[in-house]
Amino acid sequence: MRLRLDPLAAFFGLIVNIGVAAASVYGLGLDRDHELSPRVEPLFPAFAAAMNLVLIADDVYSFLFFWELMSLSSWALVVARHDDPANRHAGHVYLVMAAIGTMALLLAFAGLAGGAGDLAFASLRAAPRAPYVAGLVLVAALVGAGSKAGLAPLHAWLPLAHPAAPSHVSALMSGVMTKVAIYAVIRIIFDLLGAPAWWWSLPLLALGAATAALGLLYALFDNDLKRVLAYSTVENIGVIFVALGLALAFRATGLEGSAAVALAAGLLHALNHSWFKSLLFLGAGAVLHATGKRDFDGLGGMIHNMPKTAAFWLVGAMSIAALPPFNGFVSEWLLFQAVLTGPSFPVPVLRFLSPVVGALLALAAALAAACFVRAFGVAFLGRPRDPATANAHEAPRAQLIAMGALAALCLAGGLFGGVIVQIIKPILVAFAGAALPGMDAGPTPFSLVAFSAARSTYDAPTVAAFLLASGCLSTWCAHRLSSRRTRRAPAWDCGFPEPSPRTQYTASSFSQPLRRVYGGLLFGAVEKVDMPAPGDARPARLTVTLRDYLWEWFYRAPARAVSRVSLWLDRLQSLPMRDYLLMMSGALIALLLVAAGLS
Amino acid sequence: MRESLVLLAGQLVQMVLVVLIAPGITGVVRRVKARFMRRRGAPIIQPYLDLIKLARKESVIAENASWLFRGAPYAIFAFTWVAAALVPTFAAGLMFNWAADVVALVALLGAARALLALAGMDIGTSFGGIGASREMMIATLAEPAMLMVVLTLALTAGTTRLPEVASFLISAPFAVRASLALALFAFLIVALAENARIPVDNPATHLELTMVHEAMVLEYSGRHLAMIELAAQLKLVLYLSLIICLFAPFGKAAAEASPLIWALGATTLFLKLVAGAMMLGAWEVSIAKMRVFRVPEFLGGAFVFAFIAILLAFLTGEALQ
Repeated sequence: MRLRLDPLAAFFGLIVNIGVAAASVYGLGLDRDHELSPRVEPLFPAFAAAMNLVLIADDVYSFLFFWELMSLSSWALVVARHDDPANRHAGHVYLVMAAIGTMALLLAFAGLAGGAGDLAFASLRAAPRAPYVAGLVLVAALVGAGSKAGLAPLHAWLPLAHPAAPSHVSALMSGVMTKVAIYAVIRIIFDLLGAPAWWWSLPLLALGAATAALGLLYALFDNDLKRVLAYSTVENIGVIFVALGLALAFRATGLEGSAAVALAAGLLHALNHSWFKSLLFLGAGAVLHATGKRDFDGLGGMIHNMPKTAAFWLVGAMSIAALPPFNGFVSEWLLFQAVLTGPSFPVPVLRFLSPVVGALLALAAALAAACFVRAFGVAFLGRPRDPATANAHEAPRAQLIAMGALAALCLAGGLFGGVIVQIIKPILVAFAGAALPGMDAGPTPFSLVAFSAARSTYDAPTVAAFLLASGCLSTWCAHRLSSRRTRRAPAWDCGFPEPSPRTQYTASSFSQPLRRVYGGLLFGAVEKVDMPAPGDARPARLTVTLRDYLWEWFYRAPARAVSRVSLWLDRLQSLPMRDYLLMMSGALIALLLVAAGLS
Repeated sequence: MRESLVLLAGQLVQMVLVVLIAPGITGVVRRVKARFMRRRGAPIIQPYLDLIKLARKESVIAENASWLFRGAPYAIFAFTWVAAALVPTFAAGLMFNWAADVVALVALLGAARALLALAGMDIGTSFGGIGASREMMIATLAEPAMLMVVLTLALTAGTTRLPEVASFLISAPFAVRASLALALFAFLIVALAENARIPVDNPATHLELTMVHEAMVLEYSGRHLAMIELAAQLKLVLYLSLIICLFAPFGKAAAEASPLIWALGATTLFLKLVAGAMMLGAWEVSIAKMRVFRVPEFLGGAFVFAFIAILLAFLTGEALQ
């Protein structure tokens, strides 16, 4: 068993351990009788250790062993509350997907090692391989690591399994474990596979861009707070895959500077996403703990009872929606800078693909804003939809500390993205071939410059200072120059306020315009209005049906085929003796014929 | 040191000037509309008087409003104001212009919009929700279209920094570029949608079937409403000066020029802004408001135009490096 720690592993180790630290502090505030159990407590450190060990593995055997340890410990955490049939279903799907993923990784490493049999990463790096073998390894690595990360169409287990686990484990699985899968992609494709060919980037770009846009549409049409977060993880994984695909394409075509910008965007987004997604999951866990609900239709008005959780969640939501001055915007900005160098691709396909990818990324950014305005607005703002949630309490102090620290990191990452890019310089040099071209060209040490100062700069501290100054100035002016009288009164609502909180906009009604725009083609959305005849006193009903085509095509259809084939093979179990003898002799003859044909 | 102080002073002057003229531009639009409808119309200074009136009144806040509702107007104004400071209006290359580029500009406006939508949902009325939901639906189409438009220009100019884009467009030999024409077309549609103008939204109505922006701010009053109104007026000036900066950039002063040239640049910009406001007024009286569910088609058109523009720029344009 060989272990080593290089800059890439160290960077991902940082992601893993900040997430683990936050989840552990949060866990201190959990209810020992109800939320923690012997099914959770011993497995949590095992899960954390396994993720760390995957990062420092330096041969195939230990990598796969720790990978499986990570999968199984997280699976055990998913089924910790197995009395709920939904959790058992989630655990089942997750186990199947994890098994398929590990098998694909095994095949990928087999292709990398060839016939030599030396399984150390160093000898894998040196082994020669034919282009078609490299292509097969690429596909196998994308299936293996992509299924763990949540690349569409292999994402279907995430929205089932991530919400099923206890909330601090959900934060780890969504915020951190997906990054370990990203690490595997970088390690295999950028490092072990050797000098890249431009066409390797095509599956990453196409699947990544599709995943980014699709993940958010799923999130927008879902009504469960934790499931929305899991779907948004799918989106962010898509963004990271796009960045990696661009880096690969730039690297293969000799544009090292652009490759560095794209890779920096991908790595930074992995780091940022681990912070804000952990924060959002922890906040959702606090809401779940306080109210017992994660369904949007039972939430609402949490900002009154949980003001601090709401404030931290707002920071996380603004970060994930890529709004300045928070950290999500920094990686988004770098990614757009990389996309903009697309015209210099010498390959026409890539030149054509980069604006398509850019358009999908822009769409995903706008959809993310809509998704998190919806999530925050419905869960935290407005009036409580369920009277039982009206006396919810603020999260315990340990949980607030964990969320506050992550929120502070989101802001710090947004302000000092330029510093982080300096820190990851060795990784960029190793895997993209160069550092950021404009790294030291900025007017201040904190400004982020992708290529050159004349071309693009983002100086987050200055922007934040101007924001703060103009916010304070406008507040001061408004309070100095205008009437400061304030009166509380019933809501105006155009003169017809309705006391029932059920008249509020719900999550489904919020996404209804979006469903009409995007849902018809991609989800087969059908709205049926059941309008009673005049004189009939029963209420009118609106039913909406959405179809998940990916689930139908990639999951249900193969599952059905497998069960049909196994039913058919089942007949072989109880044949008369002579049929078995006949089959054995038939097999023997066939094998002999094959052997004769081969020799 | 002295030089950067001058630049900072220029920046502050620009920021203050933009706020000062913003209500006047809205007044021009309203006046032009009224004249076309053969009404006399309110004086151009009416929006200033309205703001003063709002500021003097007490602010009535719903009983269950949270801290977000009270803080949002100032944050929205701050985001819009900083975004406006990024647009080189009468002089290029000021202090703040190097701090962020067009991508940041789009994101700052996105932040202001997200906060406004959240403030609309805070009270828990159905009108607030309807406005927020429609606003975000419009944004999912308008924001990517706008991003693609500015990226098309950035590709053409080889930079995403607005002052450089503007000076490239001034100095470059005049040529009709198909991608720029498409981008302008898409940008005009986006600007109408983002500023809640006809045919996407009607700033003069409180009819529940149609309103978007007004539905979100329905619960605001007093100084809070004044802040939001001023932010909306500022946004209109921002979009007008962005269109001017990108598609009609002539007559702009350089940062290091003398104050006299600055004054000249400011006058030119002012005249162009008034001309833009008059054209907007004429456009608004010549077309009817669209049904809300026709809006996605209208904005989808902008998205497609912007996409074709950026595609053309990628396939035909010069490489940036």
